[in-house]
Amino acid sequence: MIFELIPSTLRMATPLGFAALGGIYSERAGVINLALEGMMLIGAFGYVIGTQASGSVWIGLLVGISFGFVLALLHAVATITFQAEQIVTGVGINILALGVTEYLLTTSEQVSGLPQWQLPLIGSYGFIVYLLPVLMVISHIFLFKTPWGLRLRAAGESTEALEALSLSRVKWQYFGVLFSGILAAIGGCFLASEVHYFTKGMTAGRGYLALAAVIFGNWRPLSGVAACFLFGFATALELANRWNIPGQLLNSLPYILTMIVLAGLVGTSRPPASLGKMK
Amino acid sequence: MSNFSRKIESILNIRKVSISLFRDGIPQIKRLFVNCVPTLLALAGFFLLCGFVLYVRGQNPLEFYSITFVSGFASFDEFGYVLFNATPLVFTGLAVAIGYKSGLFNIGCEGQLYIAAFTAAWIGIHLNLPAFLLVPFCIGGAMVAGAGWGAIPGFLKARYGAHEVINTIMMNFIAFALMNYLVTSVYQEPNQMIPHTRQIYEAARFPRLASLLPGLPQSNPLNVSFLLACGCVVLCYIFLTYTRWGYELRLVGNARDAASYGGINPDVVTIWVMALSGAVAGLAGAADVMGYRYRFLDNFSSGWGFTGIAVALLGRNNPFGIFAAAILFGLLNKVALDIEILLEVRRGLFLAGQGMLIIWLVSMERISRNSGS
Repeated sequence: MIFELIPSTLRMATPLGFAALGGIYSERAGVINLALEGMMLIGAFGYVIGTQASGSVWIGLLVGISFGFVLALLHAVATITFQAEQIVTGVGINILALGVTEYLLTTSEQVSGLPQWQLPLIGSYGFIVYLLPVLMVISHIFLFKTPWGLRLRAAGESTEALEALSLSRVKWQYFGVLFSGILAAIGGCFLASEVHYFTKGMTAGRGYLALAAVIFGNWRPLSGVAACFLFGFATALELANRWNIPGQLLNSLPYILTMIVLAGLVGTSRPPASLGKMK
Repeated sequence: MSNFSRKIESILNIRKVSISLFRDGIPQIKRLFVNCVPTLLALAGFFLLCGFVLYVRGQNPLEFYSITFVSGFASFDEFGYVLFNATPLVFTGLAVAIGYKSGLFNIGCEGQLYIAAFTAAWIGIHLNLPAFLLVPFCIGGAMVAGAGWGAIPGFLKARYGAHEVINTIMMNFIAFALMNYLVTSVYQEPNQMIPHTRQIYEAARFPRLASLLPGLPQSNPLNVSFLLACGCVVLCYIFLTYTRWGYELRLVGNARDAASYGGINPDVVTIWVMALSGAVAGLAGAADVMGYRYRFLDNFSSGWGFTGIAVALLGRNNPFGIFAAAILFGLLNKVALDIEILLEVRRGLFLAGQGMLIIWLVSMERISRNSGS
């Protein structure tokens, strides 16, 4: 019975996982990213209109990613260069993405999905599903085993240390935020390619859920993605609609769990020291 | 002689006072000017951007501007709609500002107002009381529910140091799920496909202002909840500016260490500020249930909690500023509907503009603060 849930778990967890990895890059660099939701949404939108206009899913993917990049650039300029309140900027970007996509959406035609790869035992999925574990491991190695990762984390933990080495905080923060935009947009592209069309507000809070996964996974790529799989499993259970558990309870389980973890009641969750603080 | 010199002295004093008034007055006017410029610039940018986008898309921006500035003021009826749209935004804007003044971000107004609206509807459906009891019960119930939903993140912040932004967001989604469950599985009106409850008793309903104001047609939805919003603005201003609690709230926001040195417990303040913020946000829910729909409808709020952030920003967290900003957003919401019908421009344009406005305002806030100090 559990095995039946694997496909839908993977499909639910993949967009979350990409957005969560994005969130980790941004937040590790010290920039709160509430804009994941908007970046996913605009990524999904870019994929659909790009594919529609060109007929090629690759162009669609590229358009989606570049839209996410532009939105992330806006977030980065506002929060890093202009040192705006990061939470408010994030909310603003989400509203912007919702509005832009609603305004520009012209058709609701179906578009083709991303190429599927067939694997024995597991089944066939859009190839992005298989990229997630790869990217998760790379991210882990990058953040915790390389000097660049150390610098990125220093931007979020101790700016003084970074500046003492005369390294640029701004550069790493820009990198973190922009990369998070790209990753969240890929998540959005996957979402749109799975359902083959775009609808208004189709991310439906997945960006916030990814943010919850970031916190649940203690700002670490491995546990962050693991959290996404847990959350994806909860959604898969809800969709399977067996055992008579109210779907809404399963739906809100990730949020309840995150609150418990954040309060330190179970395990510990410690944000980067200078997250959200700009001088 | 002494009398004469005293007179001279007093005249000199008056001169001194007036000079000092003049000297201090200039920086004050300057500060006011500096404060307003970014807001006005952002607003001008908003309208220019909307016009530019329309121009690029091959539509006449002048038509858009004329509709924008005429549609809300053409008649009492139209203006009534503007005020009606503004009502929930006054509450959520105030709620955000109350938190912000104390250094707290309440992103959870949306969830708080849903919980509050449901509570108001529940009381209005189940208690058959005369109006003078039922109306305060409904409002009070809504405020308590909103306060409770807001106090949880406040408590988690005070007790465990958990960031209130994340927790209010989480509580939003929990509220959505809970409401959806209650209104589809337990309290749905029988034999209905729409996820809403039964109607509340007549006694719990706010009268429409159309019955009081002769210029307003009966169809206009403007109701007593708007007057409640006006009262709330004044009360919030008095509360924040003149009461001990308002002082404590601001002190914790501005100088947390000084506050605790002065014998104020910042943790306690954090909890009650979040509760108060939730209670005010809850009034937006009560206003919808008691003043307009007379029932709880799932997903009735079109992002009022989030628009409240923009309203508070634009109003610079001042209750009267928030009132003005809410009316502006009420106008924009009405215009959005009009241009959708008249110019076939989707209202997403305004939503996008609103997002840009938030980003601009919050970016410029820091700039003006830096240049000011």
